[in-house]
Amino acid sequence: MNSQPSFIRLDGVRKVYRGRREDFLAVSDVTFDVQAGELVSMVGPSGCGKTTVLKILAGLHSHEEGSVRIGSEADKFDPARDIGMVFQQPLLLKWRNVLDNVLLPAEILGLNMAEARDRAGHLLDMVGLSGFAESYPYELSGGMQQRAAIARALVHDPKLILMDEPFGALDALTREKMNLELLRIWGESGKTIVFVTHGIQEAVFLGSRVVVLTAGPARMADNFLVELPYPRTLDMKTQETFGDYTRRIYKLLGME
Amino acid sequence: MDDGRDKLRKWVLIIVMHLLAVAAWQAWITLGEVEPYIMPAPLDTFATLLEYKEYAWVHNTLITSASVFGGFWLAVVVGVTLAVLFSWSRWLNDAFMPLIVSLNMIPKVALGPIFIVWFSYGLGPNILIAFSICFLPILITTSRGLGEVEPELIDLVRTLRASRWQIFTKIQLPGALPFIFSGMKVAVVLAVAGAIVGEFIASEEGLGYLMMQVQVTLDTAGMFMAVLMITAVGVSLYAIVLLLERLLVVSDARME
Repeated sequence: MNSQPSFIRLDGVRKVYRGRREDFLAVSDVTFDVQAGELVSMVGPSGCGKTTVLKILAGLHSHEEGSVRIGSEADKFDPARDIGMVFQQPLLLKWRNVLDNVLLPAEILGLNMAEARDRAGHLLDMVGLSGFAESYPYELSGGMQQRAAIARALVHDPKLILMDEPFGALDALTREKMNLELLRIWGESGKTIVFVTHGIQEAVFLGSRVVVLTAGPARMADNFLVELPYPRTLDMKTQETFGDYTRRIYKLLGME
Repeated sequence: MDDGRDKLRKWVLIIVMHLLAVAAWQAWITLGEVEPYIMPAPLDTFATLLEYKEYAWVHNTLITSASVFGGFWLAVVVGVTLAVLFSWSRWLNDAFMPLIVSLNMIPKVALGPIFIVWFSYGLGPNILIAFSICFLPILITTSRGLGEVEPELIDLVRTLRASRWQIFTKIQLPGALPFIFSGMKVAVVLAVAGAIVGEFIASEEGLGYLMMQVQVTLDTAGMFMAVLMITAVGVSLYAIVLLLERLLVVSDARME
């Protein structure tokens, strides 16, 4: 294995939501590493705790047991500046145009706005929204809004991008297109991405590694590398290896 | 452009409909031989405008405008400020909101005689009556608007360590603007009603007071003209609110 320390290490992470009557186990047994520059898919049914793990990584949730480390001596990680988030909803501010939406994190962090503006322009090109900087969110399709949300997650140049079912609200065709786009953006930006989804095909197609979580009890069930070469193409989905990976997940989720 | 033609058509229609209403009124009086002290003809009504000595239109209209505008803008300032304070402190909200809702059940008109005892006659008590009758809708809609932020958006900015003030100025307040304006539109109508009722009971000037004066001599033409002037005051305030909304709220977010 790699002699360098991993970028993210989760070890035996367990999270319990304390209820008034009874406690609710959100997730347990979460142990996996993410190397810098990896795209890790976290897949599982609703209630398996994948969003919880993402929120723990984002520093929005605490955890009861286990340890979470992001960054290393060589690769410092600043939790305020080095996280970009994308959710299922684009969550764009509807009173701001696309450019100003993308600039929001830079404003909050108090970055140099001239530089941020430059960067936002490049990012809009990269996500395929050149020419839409002045448009308002309601003038964009769902897929385009989500592209803007991805540009916003990148504008402060974070080291880690956390995505929570970012294409879950899109129609199937747009979703496939966005998958390819995300792979391209990931390739160009070189960011580490943790991608939460309930789409098994999507998880395998995108991920260099897949982490499988199961519900009832909510725990981590598997963690494997996907040895399909990049750039990935849609016809890989018909290959036998691809089918092997998806079958492996279906089996874990008790759907076979 | 089609857009411009549509707009023109709309405005022509508005003016034509208003003129038609006046024409119908005139026709009804002429053809129906209605007694002028029951229902004056529009022309007789407008003729009262020329008799300035008797009616002092400009002065009375200014006085009424002052109570309507004063009460209204006071309500906007107080309503929005309270809503902001309540959104910052759950405790303040839980302690004072029910009390304010109970107090709102007081028929404000009944306060008129009491206000006379407290503040004597004049503009002040009328502004207060207009204020008291129209501030609750602004408080309630603003409160609601400030609370209407997607929790995930808060998560997103929390990962960036956004301060409470940043969340308020960049997300909550602009997000609440459409709500504030819908409250203001309701409040305009109430403010006019409140100011006029105030002038009926606690004033020696203003259009409401004028109506009580000329009623004694069965001068229905004068009374009608006063009603028209009151309406004009309300319409102009409404127009100002619409204009402000147009300037401050992105078209997609406006609540019609």
